[in-house]
Amino acid sequence: MKYSTLLLVIACFLALLLVPFGVGNYSVRLATTVFLYAALALSWNLIGGFAGYPSFATSAFFGLGAYVAGIAQHHGVPMAGAWMIGTMACGIFSIGFGAAILRLKGHYFAVASLIVAEVLREIINTSTSLTGGGMGLNIPVFTSNPDLFGRIFYSAMLALMFASLLMTIWVSQSKTGFALRCIQQNEDAANVLGVNTTGYKILAFALSGCIAGTAGAIYGSWVSYIDPSDAFDILISVKPIIMTLLGGPGTILGPIVGAVVFLMFEELVWRNFMTIHKGLLGLIVVGLILFLPTGVLQIRRSNSRAWSQMRAWIAK
Amino acid sequence: MSALLQLHDVSKSFAGVRAVNKVSLTLQPGEIVGLIGPNGAGKTTLVNLITGVFPASEGSIVFDGRVISKMAPHQIAWAGIARTFQVVQPFPDLSVLDNVAAGAMFCREDQTIDTARAIAMECLEFTGLAAIANNPGSTLSLANRKKLELAKSLATSPRLLLLDEVNAGLNPTEIENALKVIRAIADRGITIILIEHLMKVVTRSCSRVVVLHNGELISDGATETVMRDERVVEAYLGPKYAAKFKLEATQ
Repeated sequence: MKYSTLLLVIACFLALLLVPFGVGNYSVRLATTVFLYAALALSWNLIGGFAGYPSFATSAFFGLGAYVAGIAQHHGVPMAGAWMIGTMACGIFSIGFGAAILRLKGHYFAVASLIVAEVLREIINTSTSLTGGGMGLNIPVFTSNPDLFGRIFYSAMLALMFASLLMTIWVSQSKTGFALRCIQQNEDAANVLGVNTTGYKILAFALSGCIAGTAGAIYGSWVSYIDPSDAFDILISVKPIIMTLLGGPGTILGPIVGAVVFLMFEELVWRNFMTIHKGLLGLIVVGLILFLPTGVLQIRRSNSRAWSQMRAWIAK
Repeated sequence: MSALLQLHDVSKSFAGVRAVNKVSLTLQPGEIVGLIGPNGAGKTTLVNLITGVFPASEGSIVFDGRVISKMAPHQIAWAGIARTFQVVQPFPDLSVLDNVAAGAMFCREDQTIDTARAIAMECLEFTGLAAIANNPGSTLSLANRKKLELAKSLATSPRLLLLDEVNAGLNPTEIENALKVIRAIADRGITIILIEHLMKVVTRSCSRVVVLHNGELISDGATETVMRDERVVEAYLGPKYAAKFKLEATQ
């Protein structure tokens, strides 16, 4: 990684760290949500964008991280330590689970990854004594000062997003990223050329799982109450995919751009069209696949090929 | 001299269809062996077995003293076996240079992206693709895609190269060029198995020919001898012609 890139990333991080001191709590909360989803989109981008494996397991790692960290805090582990335990649990789980399902491809992989969240949800639902089951789990709140509380979680999510960004930059410039791109383009050819496809796929899946797990752990402490249907919500898997596709899969900044654009749009639609907001989100997905299969960042690069396609389609 | 590649009674069944049946074969270092046979004889299946794309149902494959029949494709590539695909398999969105660099990067030890690209450039110069090194893999003509396959496999620094119909679909001029490249590869001391339909290419390049028919090895020997083998003629042209051929030969 070039020093200039690293300095730029650190400068952006420090600048954003100061923002909460100048704006209200609503904006801080909204920004925290943006960072959360940007981190999740960056997480999905590693396995879905670079390796081309359409994972729906984001919510599984998110929920697992939230529950492991939540239970740890419930038993007296300090917050930061609990987050680390949550991250590690997701790392180990994703390696084992990845080794099992990453031999599937395409739709088969997607369906298998989708099942994990459901299975984990049921396990947590039934182990009432440990997890609180369907009643949910209360996570201790460490301060009653709303300003401090907001700023802490704003900073934590911001740090997670930048850690994910640095990880993405490292991957994209390393042999790992090269191998993942080869896998995405033609896995069999990559394997015959000496790429340890299984190993690199598991690595990408584990990095992705760790980010999603940490995000879940921080989220749990932030909202201070989690229940199975909230922590393993399918939308936590789906939204990062839409965001990454919107911004540009396999790019570095695409997932962040996609997360910002998507959440701004969602906030606007949700405020103004309460009842049909999910329908409109569906229309975005359809539009994306039809006109921008490689993301909004590509509009500039390909000299508006997407726009001419769109015009041609409308003219029909 | 010890054998480079040994196949012992290698078989492969797909749900009851025996695609390769008890094939035994020994290759010495430096040989160029032609592997021929009618369509569906099991030639490509045999290549897939050697490169580990799927495991053999029975038998063992030994490369340079190591049993490779249970290894994954990437481990076999690391051991020194490279192949080209009959249906060319470029990475469409990667540049031609990076297509080739992938082979160098993951098969040779201690490579960075930059050193792998340097090796890739040498391979592109060798195969005559250096001028289009920065074009995406998907933009190449068929002849150039076949060359790209060659360059990719060469970048892995193989000791055994399996060429699966590198000349299929090429015109006579392109075939001449491809033959020059194949001969130059052989001059580097790389052992080659050449799967071919064009007999002209086989007779010109190979001193030894192996014939597969319905998954079985029916003939193995010097090119001239194999061409006159009754079973080979029968496999290609049917028993009626083989009888006629035999009659003419005796007269």
